[in-house]
Amino acid sequence: MSTTAVIIGAGPAGMAAAEMLVHAGLHPTVLDEGGQPGGQIFRKPQAQLQRPLEKLYGFDAARARRVNATFASLRSKIDYRPGIQVWAVGNEILHLIDDSGSSVQAWTHLIVAPGAMDRIAPVRGWTAVGLYSLGGAQIALKAEAAVIGRRVIFAGSGPLLYLVAYQYAEAGVDVAAVLETGHPFAQIARLPALLSGGRLFARGLYYMAALRKRGIPILTGVRLQEVIRDSDDRVTALSFRHRGMEQVESCDAVALGHGLRSETQLADLLDIEFSFDAVQRQWLPKTDQDGRSTASNIYLAGDGLSIRGSEIAEASGRLAASALLHDIGLPAPSKVERDRRTMRSAARFREALERTFAYPHEEVAALPDDVVVCRCEGLSAGAIRQTVERCGEADINRVKAFCRVGMGRCQGRLCGAAAAEIVAAASGTTIESVGRMRGQAPIKPIPLAELVRSRP
Amino acid sequence: MSAMFDIAIIGGGLAGCSTALHARLKGASVILFERGRCGGQASGVNYGGVRQQGRHPAELSLSRRSRTIWGSLQQLIGTDCEFAATGHLKLARTDVDMEDLIAHQALLGEHGIHADILDARDLTRRFPYLSGRYAGGSYCGEDGQANPRLVAPAFAKAARALGVVIRENCKIAVAEQAENGFVIRPADGSPAISARRLINTAGAWGAEVAAMFGDVVKETVMAPNMCVTEPIPPLIGPNLGICGGSIYIRQAAHGSVIFGAGLGVADAQALRARPLAEVTLEAAAAAVEMVPHLRNVLLLRSWTGIEGRMPDGLPVLGASPTVEGLFHAFGFSGHGFQLGPAVGAVLAELSLDGDTPTSISGLAMDRFAPFAVPAP
Repeated sequence: MSTTAVIIGAGPAGMAAAEMLVHAGLHPTVLDEGGQPGGQIFRKPQAQLQRPLEKLYGFDAARARRVNATFASLRSKIDYRPGIQVWAVGNEILHLIDDSGSSVQAWTHLIVAPGAMDRIAPVRGWTAVGLYSLGGAQIALKAEAAVIGRRVIFAGSGPLLYLVAYQYAEAGVDVAAVLETGHPFAQIARLPALLSGGRLFARGLYYMAALRKRGIPILTGVRLQEVIRDSDDRVTALSFRHRGMEQVESCDAVALGHGLRSETQLADLLDIEFSFDAVQRQWLPKTDQDGRSTASNIYLAGDGLSIRGSEIAEASGRLAASALLHDIGLPAPSKVERDRRTMRSAARFREALERTFAYPHEEVAALPDDVVVCRCEGLSAGAIRQTVERCGEADINRVKAFCRVGMGRCQGRLCGAAAAEIVAAASGTTIESVGRMRGQAPIKPIPLAELVRSRP
Repeated sequence: MSAMFDIAIIGGGLAGCSTALHARLKGASVILFERGRCGGQASGVNYGGVRQQGRHPAELSLSRRSRTIWGSLQQLIGTDCEFAATGHLKLARTDVDMEDLIAHQALLGEHGIHADILDARDLTRRFPYLSGRYAGGSYCGEDGQANPRLVAPAFAKAARALGVVIRENCKIAVAEQAENGFVIRPADGSPAISARRLINTAGAWGAEVAAMFGDVVKETVMAPNMCVTEPIPPLIGPNLGICGGSIYIRQAAHGSVIFGAGLGVADAQALRARPLAEVTLEAAAAAVEMVPHLRNVLLLRSWTGIEGRMPDGLPVLGASPTVEGLFHAFGFSGHGFQLGPAVGAVLAELSLDGDTPTSISGLAMDRFAPFAVPAP
């Protein structure tokens, strides 16, 4: 039987997998939601906004250059399909949609590397005009050469907070403050694990130092209180508590993010089994160490499998490709053991990072009743709690069925994490036992016209 | 000695939950077994249409009775489950279709159901968002729609509040006749339950339960392919259907537009059903063809659920032809949601009073012949 290898995603994981398959003599199809390869991390501006790679990617410029070079060398050996979305899956078939309509793609072997998106902890007023997700703020800068405001507060948690704040400061934006909800330096016990991150950890320190040098306050252990809005619902300030003191910092935009969450809807539609990751507090697809899923001939890689960052994503992309090659009887490339070692040693650093910059689940679980959690459906924390109480339900899909949480345009991708925390707390059960929202096609909303146009 | 109930019910869909409530209201002691969660299968994931018009004559008496219950849900179960009499408009493509609608209007009239026949000009005037390709339609103002996710659980909750024992996540290993009625043994090994009468409302698994008693009928499964859009401002009004049934569309009060066409795939044994992308594409095209404004609206989700289907497309409802004290209601073939409330009322009457004022003779199990001969 001939092999039709299809890779979903052209970020670091997908491209690394493609490279390995090509070296083994395969001609994989690479489906990219983006317009150019590189994923979110190496997202490129449109041609007229092109800037030097050093400006765009900082420390990652060399990798960006390498990714570009790799792609150029692979271009003729892969079937690269930019601007295309997988919206549903069938029996060894992917249903695709792009500007010209819908089509199908058959596969015998599938590598799923769809990446991640922002993880948000709602705060009072977070639906205001001028509040952006942290990742969105970065994409605006990288891809559109646009910034989200003149005076911007970066709030939330995680390494990306400092990086994007730094990039904004470099771009000439007045960065009013970086407000970290975690306590990165409070736990000495985690220091050895963090130091094991080596280069990555050093970079984080560099960004912090650079921000401080510019006189930008970096506060840790912050408790976000409210995004303050004017009568047009535009952001005017952010109030928060720090060391027991209530503070208000004025701004015209806020970038909010608490790390990333894996995009797992495809894995769900593909009937892959999931298991609960207690550290990331998310249900994630189950795989072996190389990314083999519980479904035959389906492999997972990159941040869509588990949030581990772009360098690990490359290693996991190669491992997934090696597993695929092994399974079709081709020799496994020599790098496998090295990549497995990379994954193992990175695991410790990543876990320390995740614990250091943890999702503020206790704050989310305790959100006041009137704070909006599911913005698409306009549901407050109180409305979700009431549903739990009225129906005696602790299953997130039942709660969804009764009050519509997660039924809106975001499909629960944005509100799901917070909603699960609230349901768990309100029902007195664990986050694990509330389960996960089921994935449903389309994976992202599609105008009916695009589906209609697709008809032959 | 295990507890003896007046009534045991297998299947916590809308029919079963309504039976539980109605039997309890008549004073019976009732226990209901549901393998998963009440309303978790077809009752909870269907389109949500509440219509009388367009039904087979054998269902009309039952449907009429159900409509009365739909209108009094607030009093009966303390919530209206978003039921709204938005009207139901059945469209005709051709003059031949129109003749069918006119004939059906007369039939509805015999059951006290009023429908208005509209011509193409009426449609343009009253429903200007429709594409202008229809010869006319039949409008039944008292038909409408409801939120299927809420109804069966609300009946279950009301029944439970009155003392019905509802065992969710409780699969039945075996149900059999005993000296004074029936014994039901849960698969989880919990003590067997005895009941004087047994009611089988097991939906797509109804024939399986019936077969435990030698009532063998052929029931297949179907999975209506459903889609929902993002919420949009009020546009559509009535629940829309068409002669031939190829597409149906409604707009919920919340704003979402729900539409369905064709079937997904269902596996009754694995308890799994999934929509098919190919069918969703065709449904989207049919929806846009009927309501062109939907072109620029976002499709948010597709889903389906497992529903039982009888060979003639009509449900089985009534006493077992072979076993005294056993009653069946299953195989609603994709249009049981509206009937559900009355099915419960009728089953409560049949099992407790021995008779019902509602005409259900066309739905009896023994219409399938040769009856009760086990399949080879």
